[in-house]
Parts: sequence; structure tokens; C-alpha cells
Amino acid sequence: MSERRVKLTFLNDKIKDPLIYQMGHEFNVVTNIRMADITSEIGWVMLGLVGETTEIDKALAWAQANGIQVDPDATVGDIVEG
Amino acid sequence: MNSYCNGLQCRECGRKFDLEPIFACDFCFGPLEVDYNYENIKADLNKNKIESGPSSLWRYAPLLPCNPEFKIDLGDGFTPLIKANRLAKAIGLDHLWIKNDTVNPTWSFKDRVVSVAIAKAIEFNFSAIACASTGNLANSVAAHAAAAGLDCYVFIPQDLEQGKVVGSAIYAPNLIKVEGSYDDVNRLCTELSMVKNWAFVNINVRPYYSEGSKTLGFEICEQLGWRTPDHIVAPMASGSMYTKIWKGIKEFHKLGLIDEPKVRLSGAQASGCSPITTAYENNSFTFVPQKPDTIAKSLAIGNPADGYYALKQMEETNGHAAQASDSEIIEAMNLLAETEGIFAETAGGVTIACLKKLVETNKITKSEETVAVISGGGLKTIEAVSDVANNAMLVKPNIDSFEMNLTH
Repeated sequence: MSERRVKLTFLNDKIKDPLIYQMGHEFNVVTNIRMADITSEIGWVMLGLVGETTEIDKALAWAQANGIQVDPDATVGDIVEG
Repeated sequence: MNSYCNGLQCRECGRKFDLEPIFACDFCFGPLEVDYNYENIKADLNKNKIESGPSSLWRYAPLLPCNPEFKIDLGDGFTPLIKANRLAKAIGLDHLWIKNDTVNPTWSFKDRVVSVAIAKAIEFNFSAIACASTGNLANSVAAHAAAAGLDCYVFIPQDLEQGKVVGSAIYAPNLIKVEGSYDDVNRLCTELSMVKNWAFVNINVRPYYSEGSKTLGFEICEQLGWRTPDHIVAPMASGSMYTKIWKGIKEFHKLGLIDEPKVRLSGAQASGCSPITTAYENNSFTFVPQKPDTIAKSLAIGNPADGYYALKQMEETNGHAAQASDSEIIEAMNLLAETEGIFAETAGGVTIACLKKLVETNKITKSEETVAVISGGGLKTIEAVSDVANNAMLVKPNIDSFEMNLTH
């Protein structure tokens, strides 16, 4: 089992979709919202994911395929710096 | 525990932690920041002590989160603050200063953050120091690790230009080219940081590393005669440097070293990677991460860790954000060089181009005394302005030929 922290960004119509609920049902991962914010135009969630690495990878690929922007843990952001 | 530091504190929920190599609150995932004991610092620090200190950022040691006994000082920081009258006139300002960080030991402001990070890494007894970088950060980490005699691991994308690879390789670190995209490098380094006993400068020692940027704020105040200017314009990548300049200024005020600051802080980004500026333009505190596509590669952070805090700071200081296209960046690099004799890398072009826009749109007024932070040297991004070499005259080796060409 491994744990990963990601930032999910929901734009426009995606804001109202219950994608984190669906992710937990479609894949064998435990989803854990730790910080979030939402307006009428944009929403973001700092999400902890626990599960097998391959299952987490599949869950995040599924989220991207469903129009959610997936980025690394926003506490660090991009690690590759100039 | 350092008597000047109480520990770490979550910027979101305020929970407190010991001074350890951790970077995120395990409760809310918020970023951790060093919590100082300003009473102890105030008792030991004054203007005279600072002025008689070393000609480097270590003159502010009590305000840095590490024991100076472990410092590796290559002469980092305390760079010149230059009155830029010719550039001021060209862009329509009465008073402009350039904070010239191109003259740092590895020619960029990253020496400030790495100097602090490596001292902390040695204090924490890490076996090695590491980073993932396309340029400035890698150069600085490799150089400081070499001077410290510390093992060093520098991760770079496999397709990085040879010139940039040499700038790190010369210091003989373990240089690792990673196959795949920037995202793949990000992910590999995050995973390695969890399994290796290494100090990853912008991961597990990030709360200490980022404090190095405060020294820009300290120096600007000290070099102006213990006061703030009216306006500071700084480049934004992760947003960390921009926010730490303000933190440094607020700390100087807290310690009674300057009057209450009324300075405004504005941020500069390249149009090809402008998540913070775009959010500012949309009147939002939520930025949307971007995939960078800009010649200003040292600012190419599409998912900026301090983006939210940078936006809050703009509101707090009544500052602004601007963005510049690649052609505007090149034009500004030339303008800075031609008017002030300072050859900046592309990030410097971003700062000057955005400064010019802020003046043109009256967001910075003519009479505001302004400081522009130039964060890195031009030889690092020579390809951006290599066309200037075509301006050379070709003459035959005699005076007639020279005079004839000169008149044309």
C-alpha cells in the first residue's frame, strides 16, 4: 500500500460532478479530502489517496480522462525548478 | 533548538511542529513555515551588528533558521543595489533601483536559498543534498555541495541543453538525466525524497530553504539606509521569493530596524507560464496550474507552491501582477543591458518588461521610488538574445575600411 497527495482542479461544469465519490467506487483507493475551496467557476481539492500504486495511478488517469486537472501536492508544487 | 527559532508552524491551521526536515502539516496538508522568537532576536540584533557582519547574507544570521556554524558561504547575497537612472528615464520613472542578483557566486538568487538549505542539511546530518532543476537551482546546489564536500544528486530532464548541463556538471555532482516529462521528474523526486536520507532542497527542507529569499528584503532596506522603497517588482515562479521579500521587510519592522513599511509589491511572470498573474487578472485567489511554454525557463513553474500566498500578498500590499511575452522579454533584456550595463537572464527580462507595463498602465506612478529584482545572469540564457551578435561590423584590417563602415 502507498499514499499519495495530489491537487485536483475542477473547472466550469466539472465542479458539480461527484467525481471523488465515483473514484472511490470505481477504484480500490481510499480518498481523503484535507483542504479544499470552491467558487462558481473553479474548485480545488488537496486529496490524500491510499491504495496500491497501480490502483492510485489508474484512479488519477481516470480523473484526468474525466476532465479533472491532476497536479502534484500543492504544498510543494512543481519540484523541478529553474 | 536554535534560541531564535521556536519551531515550525502550519501556514493554514497554525499547528506547531519541531524543527525537523518536514514540509507539510500532517493534519491539513498546509505548508510549514519557520516560527521565530523575535524577542530573543531583538535582544541580540541591531543595525550596528548587521553592518559589521560579513558581506554576505550571513550578516542576517539570527533571522535565518540554521546554526551559522554550519554555513557554507561562497559570498552568497549582499549584492549591489544600483541606481538605474538611464533605465528609469527610458521607462518613465523618476527613481529606479536594480537589485542585481546576477553577481551571486553561481550567478542567480538561488544561492541565497541554497546557502541556507545546505547549512540546515549539514545541521540535520543528512548524507547528501539533492534537487531537481533545469538550471539555476542545480548550479547552486552542485556548487555549494562541492564546497561542503557533501554528496550531491542533481536530477535533470534528459533533453536539457548542453550548456545548462555543464553549469552543474563542472562541480562534479551525481548528475542524473531522467527519461520522460517534467512531471515524471517531479514524481520520481517526490518518491525518492520519501525513501532516501537526502536533503531535497525544495521538498523536505523547503521551510528552511525558502527563508533564504528573505535576505533580498533585508538587503533592499539596509542598502536604502534602513527604509523601504515605494514599490518592489520581483519575478514569480513558485511565488516563494516574492512572498519572502515581504516577510523579510515585515520582520525588519517587527525588530524596530525600519519604520512601518508602506511598500507595494508587484510580481512578474512570463505569458507562457503565468498561473499567478492570470488568477490576479481574473480577480481570483485560486490559480489554475499551467503547462509552461516560455523562454523564461527559470520561471517555468506551472503549479506554484506559493501561488495563493502571492495573490494574498498582492492584495495586502496593494501590488499588482503583470505578464510579458517572449518578444517583450527579449526586448527588455536588451533595454536593461543597453541602459544599465547589466546582462540579465530571461527572468530579468520578464521583470523589466512587466515593470515597463506597470508604469505604462499607471499601476506604478512616475514618482514612486521602485526597486526591480534581477534574479540571474544573462550568460545562462545566451540563446535568447544571440541575434545581437549579428550587429557586429565586418571590416578589412585598415583604417579606411573601418571609417567607411562606421559611417554607414
